Amino acid sequence: MAEEKNYKIIQPDNSEENKFLKPENYKREVTAPDGNTFIVDPLNDYFCDAKPQPHAPNTIKVVEKFLNWARSQSIWVLGFGTGCGSIEIYPLMTPRFDAYRFGVQQRPTPRQSNLMIISGYLSVKTLKRAIRSYEQMQSPKFVMALGSCTINGGMYWDSYNTINRLDHYMPVDVYVAGCMPRPEALLAGFMELKKRIREGKGEGANQYAENFDWYKANQKKIIKDWNMPDYNW
Amino acid sequence: MKEIINNIQEKFKISEVTEQRENQYFISVEKKDTIQLVTYLKDIEKFTNFILLTAVDWIEKGQFQLTYMLNHPSKKLDIGVRTFIERENATMDSAHHLWEHVATFQRELKEMFGIDFPGSPRVDEPFLLEGWDNIPPMRRDFDTKKYSEETYFPRPGRSTNDPAEHMKKKLYPNE
Amino acid sequence: MKIVYVLLGLFIIINYGLLQAGVLRRITARVGKRIGVPFYQPYIDLIKNYAIRSQFSHGVMFYLGPVFRLSGGVGIFLFMPLIFGNEIFSNYSMAGDLILIMYFMFIGMLGMALGAGEGGHPYSIIGITRGLSQFTTVEVPFTLAVISIAIQYQTLSITEIVAAQQGGIMHWTLMTNPLATGAAMLSFLGMMMYAPFNVVNAPQENPLGPPTEFHGTFLGMLQTNRVILGVMEAILFMNLFFGGATNWGILFIKAFLIYFYPVFVGAVFPRYRIDQSIRWFLYLPTALGILAIIFI
Ligand code: SF4
Repeated sequence: MAEEKNYKIIQPDNSEENKFLKPENYKREVTAPDGNTFIVDPLNDYFCDAKPQPHAPNTIKVVEKFLNWARSQSIWVLGFGTGCGSIEIYPLMTPRFDAYRFGVQQRPTPRQSNLMIISGYLSVKTLKRAIRSYEQMQSPKFVMALGSCTINGGMYWDSYNTINRLDHYMPVDVYVAGCMPRPEALLAGFMELKKRIREGKGEGANQYAENFDWYKANQKKIIKDWNMPDYNW
Repeated sequence: MKEIINNIQEKFKISEVTEQRENQYFISVEKKDTIQLVTYLKDIEKFTNFILLTAVDWIEKGQFQLTYMLNHPSKKLDIGVRTFIERENATMDSAHHLWEHVATFQRELKEMFGIDFPGSPRVDEPFLLEGWDNIPPMRRDFDTKKYSEETYFPRPGRSTNDPAEHMKKKLYPNE
Repeated sequence: MKIVYVLLGLFIIINYGLLQAGVLRRITARVGKRIGVPFYQPYIDLIKNYAIRSQFSHGVMFYLGPVFRLSGGVGIFLFMPLIFGNEIFSNYSMAGDLILIMYFMFIGMLGMALGAGEGGHPYSIIGITRGLSQFTTVEVPFTLAVISIAIQYQTLSITEIVAAQQGGIMHWTLMTNPLATGAAMLSFLGMMMYAPFNVVNAPQENPLGPPTEFHGTFLGMLQTNRVILGVMEAILFMNLFFGGATNWGILFIKAFLIYFYPVFVGAVFPRYRIDQSIRWFLYLPTALGILAIIFI
């Protein structure tokens, strides 16, 4: 379709902030069919950029305890694999390890999952996607990190492109040590996570919302071409 | 293989021939002859399979060494074409017209070493490093450890051992 | 007073459906030599989904999608006689007939299409396109079978169809009209969306199908509906072809066996692509349905 362009791109100024802005996110001046012109800023207009809000737990203690028990028994894992560890997650669902026994199920979309497993080293490029997926998950949400790479950098500790400590970028509930942890260790990690959730300590989402500025500053320090609104719910 | 090398030597100025294995040779040519030679190998000698294009940083000489690895699928022969280019403002002729996927290697070299390949498709787009604003990380004057320590919040308490020293202490504690 | 009985029936059906879903998941796990989820897992999943703390919406239709879907399931329930000859559990079956129930089966899908469309996720739109095209072809043999038994019994009211089948196994439609039963049972495989025909939801894969964007309470509603719809479709088939039920025990056994059959097929057979499954429904089951009308 030969389409007549009805907008004019406004070149951004050369400030530090706009250095990595993608052309599709430039502000543009659009002429509507009725002749009015208005300015569209894709970053602010196409996304909702409300900050995350902490959600208080249920005030009735017994109810909250019961809900926490339910949460701990029904853990839906987001199928997001990074690094070496994603290969250790798939055996979990096979007859040999059978994580279904513990109520652990896989879910392909972040909207419906509760647990994100960061399975190994994260390059900066992947971190951006991981954060985006994490923010799309609904509260309460948990993060489990596998391997020494997420704890202190592991064997990639001096690499120019992989992060060293995951807990500076998103709140981590459980670390599973090893390089790479076997599926048995992962199952132990699930048990630990369940215990935490039952004790009411699995409040990572609230922690993220409360310390949002700190996390965001850390993230933005290394992800220079952010090109997204600050929060993607 | 010998025959092919002889053929090449008749037609091009080869500065050095290394025999790695019976069926694997490396030949060095000048920068201006490189693409010609690669084209010749592909079209006349039928080295139709392009394996890789890689670079080595010879910082002491102020040069980059590029290696084009080619493979002859039916005769099972490998040949590597080496060439040196200047390190300052490094540019090289693009070979993406011979094989499409060369463009990807060139994109990577542009990002990791800062070697430019004018005309290669998408060569300026980021490959792995999105929003990188330092010197290209594979150059040897880039200190990756320092960069990592400054950027990625290293966890305190990490200790490292030099393997040689460590084993020496462990095996011969009295010396 | 009626409404209390209806709610009671709904409560029983939901619990039965949840338990049945858990047991069936365990059975499929056993087929794969696993132990599988605990049988109460569907309850927990449901509770957890309703207890998700944060919600967001993509717009009005996004809210209404699950509502439509749930009203489809509940609609079928409302107009379906559960127990033959029992005033309490015959619901509003005097007010509606087979055509209305078939309409409710489709409206859920349509509502879901609108909701998933507003969600804007490309995978959900792919899923809903697949779902609608498959469901349309599934309806063809089923409708033919329904026409066949409507001619046979000269009525569209489910209660009367059940009444005509009383008096032993030889009076069931299964025996008196096997062609229609065959066509309908084959289309039942497509309705339940187990393995050969589950590319619509494509569970365990990246494209999750229509519910990709739905979360929390929305997803909880979809799950509730799935439970009701599954059991109600099994009960519909029981009423039409297998002589209905005169008490709860017979209903549970028959519904379980009918429900078990697509699960069993699903545990054994691999999955069809969408074009293959459409073609499959338009060959054998449709042919059976046409024969059922001819040789009534
Ligand atoms: S900890 Fe080891 S196995 Fe895990 S990602 Fe790092 S290097 Fe790979």
